[in-house]
Amino acid sequence: MAQPEMRLLDRHGRIVSGDEWVGLADDAPTAGHMAVVVSLKRFLAERDVLLSRDFRLGVRLDPNEGPEALAPDLERISAIFVAFPVFRDGRGFSTARILRSRYRFSGEIRAVGDIARDQLFFLLRAGFDAFELRDRDHEAAFKWAQDSFSVVYQPAADHAAPAFARRAHPPSEGQF
Amino acid sequence: MYRYDEFDETLVRERRLQFADQVARRLSGELTEDQFKPLRLMNGLYLQLHAYMLRVAIPYGVLNSVQLRALAGIARRWDKDYGHFTTRQNIQFNWIRLGDVPEILEALAGVEMHAMQTSGNCIRNVTADHFAGAAADEFLDPRPYAELIRQWSTLHPEFSFLPRKFKIAVTGASHDRAAVQLHDIGLHLKPGRDGSPVFAVFIGGGMGRTPFVGPLIRDELPADALLVYLEAALRVYNRHGRRDNLYKSRIKILVSALGADRFSAEVEAEYQAMRTESPPFPPEELARIRHYFAAPPFETLPADDPEFQALRARSAAFDRFCRTNLHPHQQPGYASVTIALKPIGGVPGDCSAAEMEAIATLAALYSFDEIRVTHEQNLVLPHVREADLFALWEALHAAGLATPNAGLISDIIACPGLDYCDLANARSIPIAQAIAERFADMDAALAIGEVKIKISGCINACGHHHAGHIGILGVDKQGEEFYQIQLGGRADEQARIGTITGKGLPGPEIPDAIERVIDRYLALRLDSDERFIDALERLGRTPFEEALHHGAA
Ligand code: SF4
Repeated sequence: MAQPEMRLLDRHGRIVSGDEWVGLADDAPTAGHMAVVVSLKRFLAERDVLLSRDFRLGVRLDPNEGPEALAPDLERISAIFVAFPVFRDGRGFSTARILRSRYRFSGEIRAVGDIARDQLFFLLRAGFDAFELRDRDHEAAFKWAQDSFSVVYQPAADHAAPAFARRAHPPSEGQF
Repeated sequence: MYRYDEFDETLVRERRLQFADQVARRLSGELTEDQFKPLRLMNGLYLQLHAYMLRVAIPYGVLNSVQLRALAGIARRWDKDYGHFTTRQNIQFNWIRLGDVPEILEALAGVEMHAMQTSGNCIRNVTADHFAGAAADEFLDPRPYAELIRQWSTLHPEFSFLPRKFKIAVTGASHDRAAVQLHDIGLHLKPGRDGSPVFAVFIGGGMGRTPFVGPLIRDELPADALLVYLEAALRVYNRHGRRDNLYKSRIKILVSALGADRFSAEVEAEYQAMRTESPPFPPEELARIRHYFAAPPFETLPADDPEFQALRARSAAFDRFCRTNLHPHQQPGYASVTIALKPIGGVPGDCSAAEMEAIATLAALYSFDEIRVTHEQNLVLPHVREADLFALWEALHAAGLATPNAGLISDIIACPGLDYCDLANARSIPIAQAIAERFADMDAALAIGEVKIKISGCINACGHHHAGHIGILGVDKQGEEFYQIQLGGRADEQARIGTITGKGLPGPEIPDAIERVIDRYLALRLDSDERFIDALERLGRTPFEEALHHGAA
């Protein structure tokens, strides 16, 4: 469902071609799709029906919508699309971290909206693994974000070893 | 003090290279100013009235002499030979060229310094008691916790795009010199019921447009749980703080909208849930950090050095300095020395390159190489032997740095105001200078005693006017500079927001008005032990307000 000028990237920065996900308006029929994304509102209203179908289900969370309402059903939800309508709105970072660390959600968490290279480093750490990136030079942007820092201080969803762990047990080789 | 290891060093280097790349993209025109702005604001670089301003982080106000020398070098080479110490325990360079910034950051990185998170909507550089590890009234040194917070908050994966800036302050002493109740989060380290360290956590204090004293949100938080609790509080703020209105986006607005009890319950629920998830920092890391803050190798000395006392008796000027600029030390035979950056007629907080170098030399000679920056815009040599005080004072005197006014009426906090700041309504610096000149007689000032005057050039309150015993706020009245005066604010453990009095006054009338208030105080105080703020609280503000606005009594 990436916009034409956007590129969909996976967590390694590779372009995902043929995005299978189809974003549905709240009144659009679900028939004929392999993978659909609905709003939280629609999910809550049509939960039983949506979960019983044989398509893969994704739910879109706006910044003011936390993941708590999805908690009981996360095993049957394949992807969460977290919206960043504006660059500086950081609520989605909390959403992703709660999904990964509290609910151990293992499906895709995709960052959609106003996503540029400057958030990527934080998005990767917070647990996102798909990005609809607006930078035209997406490869350079992704590399820039990924290569910027080889040291982090906090444990996070990317499982990079924080400085304190490396201090205690310095690795003999490799970055992490 | 804390020293970088390879990991801290690498992170700062990588951040510097990243920012150098961003500057290069701006200079080549690849980035517009609009696109560059959020990036430079992540790294302490502001565009002010006349030039770029670079704000350099001094974590919890602690410097060594090599660092202070490097700051002097930056002032000489890339600024106009001086720097400005701020109420955030940072230093600002006001006359910076964009193209020089990468080189400046390289010079800083060479001495374990940087400008990360000194601006932007992130967790800002943490501040602390400037007498930490030295003060006689300290329970436990707050610096290891401050360093822990520094690391935890650096490039935080969840809290780098907050609704607004976020300031954390820590103290471990009974007398609060870090204004913790006036911060987004204020932490007071103290002994718990069983003697083990706990924090009183104040959340939602702050000045600016809507000032609040932060309510106590959590008492007796086990010190080991600090980061988990901070993470919980920040998460509640990140998710629920307002983002629709710049003026309502600080955490204080969320706390006051929910009420302290509900806010506290929300944080507690998040905290309890997080405790079952992975804890962010192991205790060994705190132990490792604490090791860096071991007391310096103090000598075992008698409490009152006889020679020091004899010198005080012999030199009235030295004695005069000792009465205001010394602070009691936890180690017998030592004292902390305040170097007031408040010479009469000077700019509060300004320090020339030559002065920084002189202070660096003296710190290396007399204070185990340590310097502190205070939120009152002064410097401190924290650990000086009483036996060395006279030699130190002579050297400070020779360098023009021995102004004996720490804590007195001319020890004024003032923000840069309209002389530099593009948000200002009015000038702050000339008002501070005019008041200081009015009270230039140091003996008269000593007789008046402790009075804290704080001046801001606009409602953003960088000059802490809400917390001044006398607070002065610059306002713009149809293109003219006016000053509103507040009485009764304080930033200590009895923090309070000052009350606005009457109409604003034009700048030239301020020194007279302040003098009338002080005369009234001198006439009304019980004795010379009753400080201005005590008299104000005993009598209420009416007599002082009268003196302020209605001419001489
Ligand atoms: S208080 Fe206002 S004028 Fe003073 S430095 Fe802050 S923003 Fe500028």
